[in-house]
Amino acid sequence: MKRYSAFAIAREALRHHSGWDRAWAAPAPKKRYDVIIVGAGGHGLATAYYLGKNHGITNVAVLEKGWLGGGNTGRNTTIIRSNYLQDSSSAIYEKARSLYETLSQDLNYNVMFSPRGVMMLAQTEHEKRGYLRTAHANALQGVETEFVGPDRVRQLCPIINIDGPRYPVLGALWQPRGGTARHDAVAWGYARACSAMGIDIIQQCEVTGVRSEGGKVTGVETSKGAIDCAKLGMVVAGHSGVLAEMAGFRLPIESVALQALVSEPIKPCMDVVVMANTVHGYMSQSDKGEMVIGGGADGYNNYTQRGSFHHIEETVRALVETFPMISRLKMLRQWGGIVDMTGDRSPILSRTPLDGCFINCGWGTGGFKAIPGSGWGFAELMATGASPLTAEFGLERFREGRFVDESVAAGVAH
Amino acid sequence: MLILTCPCCGVSAEETEFHCGGEAHLKRFGPDSSDSDFETYLFQRQNPRGVHFERWRHVNGCGKWFHAARCTQTLEIFGTYPAQTTEPPQALRDRIAEKRPGWTQESVS
Amino acid sequence: MSTRLAKGGRLIDRSKRLDFTFNGKQFSGQAGDTLASALLANNQTLLGRSFKYHRPRGLIASGSEEPNALVGLGAGGSFEPNQRATTQELFSGLSAQSQNHWPSLDFDIGAVNARVSQFFPAGFYYKTFQWPRAFWKHLYEPIIRQSAGLGRAPTARDADRYEHFYAFTDVLVIGGGIAGLTAARAAADSGAEVLVLEQSADWGGRAPVDGGQIGDLEAEAHCAALVADLAARPNVRMRNRMMGAGVYDHGYVLGYERLSDHAPGTPGPRHRLWRIRAAQIITATGAIERPISFAGNDVPGVMLASAIRDYVVNWAVSPGDRTLVVTNNDDAYRSALTLHSAGLAVPAILDARPGGGGALAAQARAAGIRVETGRGIARVLGGKRVTAVAICAQAGEGAVLETIPCDAVAMSGGWSPVVHLWSHCGGKLTWDEAQAMFRPDADRAATGADGLPFVIAAGAADGEFGLAALVANAHQAGLQAAERCGHSARSGRAQPLPEIVDLPEAPIEPVWMMPQGAGSGLRAKAFLDYQNDVKVSDVQLAAQEGFESVEHAKRYTTLGMATDQGKLSNINGLAVLAGSLNAPIPAVGTTTFRPPYTPISMGAIAGEARGDLFQPLRRTPMHDWHQANGAQWEPVGHWRRPYCYPQDGESHAEAVAREITQVRGGVGLLDASTLGKIVVKGPDAGRFLDMLYTNMMSSLKPGKCRYGLMCSENGFLIDDGVVARWDDDTFLCHTTTGGAERIHAHMEEWLQTEWWDWQVYTANVTEHYAQIAVVGPKAREVIESLGAEGMESQTFPFMAWADREVAGIKARIYRISFSGELSYEIAVPASQGQALWDRLLEAGAPLGMMPYGTEALHVMRAEKGFIMIGDETDGTVIPQDLGLDWAISKKKTDYLGKRAQARSHMTDPNRWKLVGLETLDGSVLPEGAYALGAGVNANGQAVTIGRVTSTYHSPTLGRGIAMGLVLNGPDRQGEVIEFGQLDGGRVSARIVDPVFFDKDGEKQNV
Repeated sequence: MKRYSAFAIAREALRHHSGWDRAWAAPAPKKRYDVIIVGAGGHGLATAYYLGKNHGITNVAVLEKGWLGGGNTGRNTTIIRSNYLQDSSSAIYEKARSLYETLSQDLNYNVMFSPRGVMMLAQTEHEKRGYLRTAHANALQGVETEFVGPDRVRQLCPIINIDGPRYPVLGALWQPRGGTARHDAVAWGYARACSAMGIDIIQQCEVTGVRSEGGKVTGVETSKGAIDCAKLGMVVAGHSGVLAEMAGFRLPIESVALQALVSEPIKPCMDVVVMANTVHGYMSQSDKGEMVIGGGADGYNNYTQRGSFHHIEETVRALVETFPMISRLKMLRQWGGIVDMTGDRSPILSRTPLDGCFINCGWGTGGFKAIPGSGWGFAELMATGASPLTAEFGLERFREGRFVDESVAAGVAH
Repeated sequence: MLILTCPCCGVSAEETEFHCGGEAHLKRFGPDSSDSDFETYLFQRQNPRGVHFERWRHVNGCGKWFHAARCTQTLEIFGTYPAQTTEPPQALRDRIAEKRPGWTQESVS
Repeated sequence: MSTRLAKGGRLIDRSKRLDFTFNGKQFSGQAGDTLASALLANNQTLLGRSFKYHRPRGLIASGSEEPNALVGLGAGGSFEPNQRATTQELFSGLSAQSQNHWPSLDFDIGAVNARVSQFFPAGFYYKTFQWPRAFWKHLYEPIIRQSAGLGRAPTARDADRYEHFYAFTDVLVIGGGIAGLTAARAAADSGAEVLVLEQSADWGGRAPVDGGQIGDLEAEAHCAALVADLAARPNVRMRNRMMGAGVYDHGYVLGYERLSDHAPGTPGPRHRLWRIRAAQIITATGAIERPISFAGNDVPGVMLASAIRDYVVNWAVSPGDRTLVVTNNDDAYRSALTLHSAGLAVPAILDARPGGGGALAAQARAAGIRVETGRGIARVLGGKRVTAVAICAQAGEGAVLETIPCDAVAMSGGWSPVVHLWSHCGGKLTWDEAQAMFRPDADRAATGADGLPFVIAAGAADGEFGLAALVANAHQAGLQAAERCGHSARSGRAQPLPEIVDLPEAPIEPVWMMPQGAGSGLRAKAFLDYQNDVKVSDVQLAAQEGFESVEHAKRYTTLGMATDQGKLSNINGLAVLAGSLNAPIPAVGTTTFRPPYTPISMGAIAGEARGDLFQPLRRTPMHDWHQANGAQWEPVGHWRRPYCYPQDGESHAEAVAREITQVRGGVGLLDASTLGKIVVKGPDAGRFLDMLYTNMMSSLKPGKCRYGLMCSENGFLIDDGVVARWDDDTFLCHTTTGGAERIHAHMEEWLQTEWWDWQVYTANVTEHYAQIAVVGPKAREVIESLGAEGMESQTFPFMAWADREVAGIKARIYRISFSGELSYEIAVPASQGQALWDRLLEAGAPLGMMPYGTEALHVMRAEKGFIMIGDETDGTVIPQDLGLDWAISKKKTDYLGKRAQARSHMTDPNRWKLVGLETLDGSVLPEGAYALGAGVNANGQAVTIGRVTSTYHSPTLGRGIAMGLVLNGPDRQGEVIEFGQLDGGRVSARIVDPVFFDKDGEKQNV
């Protein structure tokens, strides 16, 4: 694989870019792989990448029903943060965030990680106490966060309505090394790096059945024929329930629509990511200049990738109140994705009742930020049978009542 | 923006008048149940891509809970019926089977 | 040059001159102009700079598909970036600025990007800028951000207001062109109620410009007659300047009405967002002409052929003196003929089809216009303005045959139906090979709540272009829509269609690249997406690199992601991608159409809900008194509660200390009205509450109160409060302030869905009562002085309630306490609350009685070791963690949460449990601090063994007190543990009993 660099671009420019290779190969599936990952979104591709990179397992296929990165990886609001309350959450999100710091160099693909800082506004006394608690937890978890006062909030983001009549800003939980990345580039960068290691990414290959013998997985049926494997990893977000059904088990998951929107692009006016959980909305400005906006998830099971407009209305209302200057901007585009919500709103990275079959799902509204950490931990779990990053995210926690509940810290989608 | 008809007060209204309460016809497991039954009752969900029996409350209306059969892929609503029942009415199941050839209701427990 | 013609202009009023400015320069236009037509009439053809290369850009289109002519409009609180000049009606005093250039529109430093554009192919930024690592955030990215972004950000608060509106109709027709009007009349004739939307100010759409004969009338006159006919009908509503913005599930449509954009200062809202419910929706949204991909197709002066026709006919503006026409279909000949009859020069028509056109081509030739078939454009010459065109054989590689001087180019690559609204809610498309376009597939329309289709495409939006076919199609659509709403054409008065004869046209021949064999140099100058600077070569590069799905190619190149959302570029880009992949166009597929059709203002989406109207405010009966007496407010849910009542010069902390000292030593007054109050009544009420609370409520005697805990079925503590038994059948359940609605809903859910045969009613009566707590050693003195009798403990002990008159007001008094003091909570009808409050204040004045707020309440409950929902609980805490086992019945076989609390993790002896905490130095423990264990865990995080849940300075004890959850805490009384501080320091605290004050509860029992 040719390395990407400014020099390579200059060289190609002289021959009208005729020399660029495919970013990833398009192989036909082999008869058998050591590991099959179902789902070529960010989490699936990252899992395959770290299986190869960290564990030397490259006889791997990543099967994708549609196009790689075409699910939630390519439809989220690209926020990266790790200011979580519970130890197990902050461990995996901080692992992810720290991997994001060097991901462009690691993958030789600019994923445009931009640590512009993430600010979560405290707009009630209760919220303020919650964020102070998170700041204390983060300090001991090795996550760099700080509780800042209203003056600092104003300084970091001058367009906030600090004294808003209804919910004056009392302060904020500030993570200076949180930020955003280019979502598509994360999927494409991992895909290109996987392909370079000899991992087969097979697009437009739908899994239609899971094969097993004596309680152990042996392979999958696909739209491109049967493929054998020793281990199977399911990483299909909103469609996890459907796949689990094929493997003969149920999940503590419901699939709902989460919506987002962008404004028309304007010149830079907001350098940080701001989340306002009391009023349910968050906003950042992309490199292109669009204000990227998200809110809460719809309340009913839905596989349509469309949501109800009243959620958009609620989110925009909250943000017009929080950032009055956006009132005269225009909404360019709204869209929805299907997210898988678990019983405690935390992800599942786990063995399953079917031996050799593992599942990584339940990221709900916050999966993008976790991609590298999730891939790292899930690859370790699949390769070695255990990972400290995934230890608390097993399926058995729902039976034992041992939840990972972040609801105190994360009131809205993110 | 869904429109639902409340079978209790007869009003057809937008989803903002209602609140969805998730899968319907769950059987409660209490103090003497097994860990597995209790886990299934509280957390395991059918989450089908297709016909879903679910609970709604007419929260900004008559306040009553009811059930709906809805397709999670097309958002078609096959019907609504009172919550005070352990299984969907036969007429509704027939209607769904007619509209979705090959559909059968899975065990609802 | 472009100029105003001496005659014509069907939309302008030459008697009304309107002055406006562009980049500070004075111009004038006519009433009826758009900003675009007025600028063109003033020969202002350079209107902006492109996104990436900052290339000079002028108008391409005449409607909402315009990608280039975006301006900043107005100033201050009325400033709006990125407004399309083509859809902005001109008004007197309009002030517009061009965007995305520095220092000026004419001389833009950023244009250097264009000179080195070969170094910025599609996706170049993914391939570079990785090193040095810190440079992305600090150098590369800021430069990219600054150079992207189009318009300036508004800075002032929006001076306008917005509103929402609801509408209901049988048939909604989106689009007021000839198809929409025809469909509306057919539906209305059948008896359906019809609402018609037109995004522009004018009805008729393209028909009045394109012409044709409909029965006895010219198209324009026919449209006018239709409008007059429809406007007179009682079952038809018509709204212009209103766009169908989005179609959503179950027939929900957003209408975006621009009320005063054309006349700022008009009283009333600026925009109105309509939420329309329609049984059937007809999308009569017309079609959009496609550009052709040739080198230099973005030079100002190159425009869509139909747009040039619009400017001449509608606004009497000539885009150029000499306009060359290039086409692959017959429609562009109309533009040539229009120009010709306006007296403007058409040096040539280049028809890429070897066989040329049909009847219109013959007319052009007859008019003396030079027509070249099989020819195309090799490249356009000129920088900020077209100066000439080099022509070539379409079949070749671009060898120049001839250079023709001209100052405008009219191009037509064929037409694409506007299928956005058809597709928003799942309507599918089919590829029409003959017309080279995607059109709605009527068999796969969006379906509604009943599973049946609810969208019908009509006219050009359905892929019908001949006038006769188009009108027939629209008429049929109207009838069909009405019939689907239960209105039969037979029962109505459907009128026959007038006779229409179309000229025979030669078929279109797709031209996706001009010339067909264009080399890489030409392809790198042939633009697909004008605003985002995506060229043919970019899409081909994407395909070469494996970005084969249309979604990949779009995201990699940013094709179709500009503010026009690909209205001009999508099909051309798709065709180039398909060509590169050797795949048929339908196999590559389209991207998803998402609302809104064109951008809509955030203000309109938010509507009236801003400032004081942002959210409803709940007020207690004494709210105004608190406000008038200096309360510092704290938002609690939708309520506001006084946090404290600072007096002159007092800090909040001082006020809180004063309030506490007053209560502990004398008497204070608390507005407790926000506490939830739910009546539970019926023969099974006791049985029901036994399931809801962890403790036994059925054994409570009438006249008595009991503190109770409520858990979720998942075992966690969700609320607490005092339950009073009013009589055998009736209980009053107090909840937390934030819990009233939630707990009432929780009760109803279980009653209705699990125990529906139990005879119980519930009612949330929170707002029916004002509840005032009179608290402190002298509380009895105060209420007795107002006539309440028998208040002493012998007759009215702690945890009892009684009905009495207080100050002549009938009241129910609860002797309960959240402060540990002698306390009477007096409930009166809400309407009497302020009167009672006033009388209590008067009566208490000699004792120094004063109101206290929520913070004093919190400190006093912490001094007593009482837990607070939301502080000691956070959704992960069970009652057993809080030492509340005494409130969990051992006798009951079941209650909500009991089974959950038997799970292994819940019965784990190593759970963190409630203790009191005292720092060794008397300081206040930090809010939210964690207690440190030994070492780090497997993930390298410091091990923690507990946390602070509440921490205050106690003025009563003169030191810091705290409550917390600590591993094996209750067994470690006296032990000193360390807590982390945010600065990295440590603070030591001793584990103590959580009851800090009056451990035996003597004060509340006096």
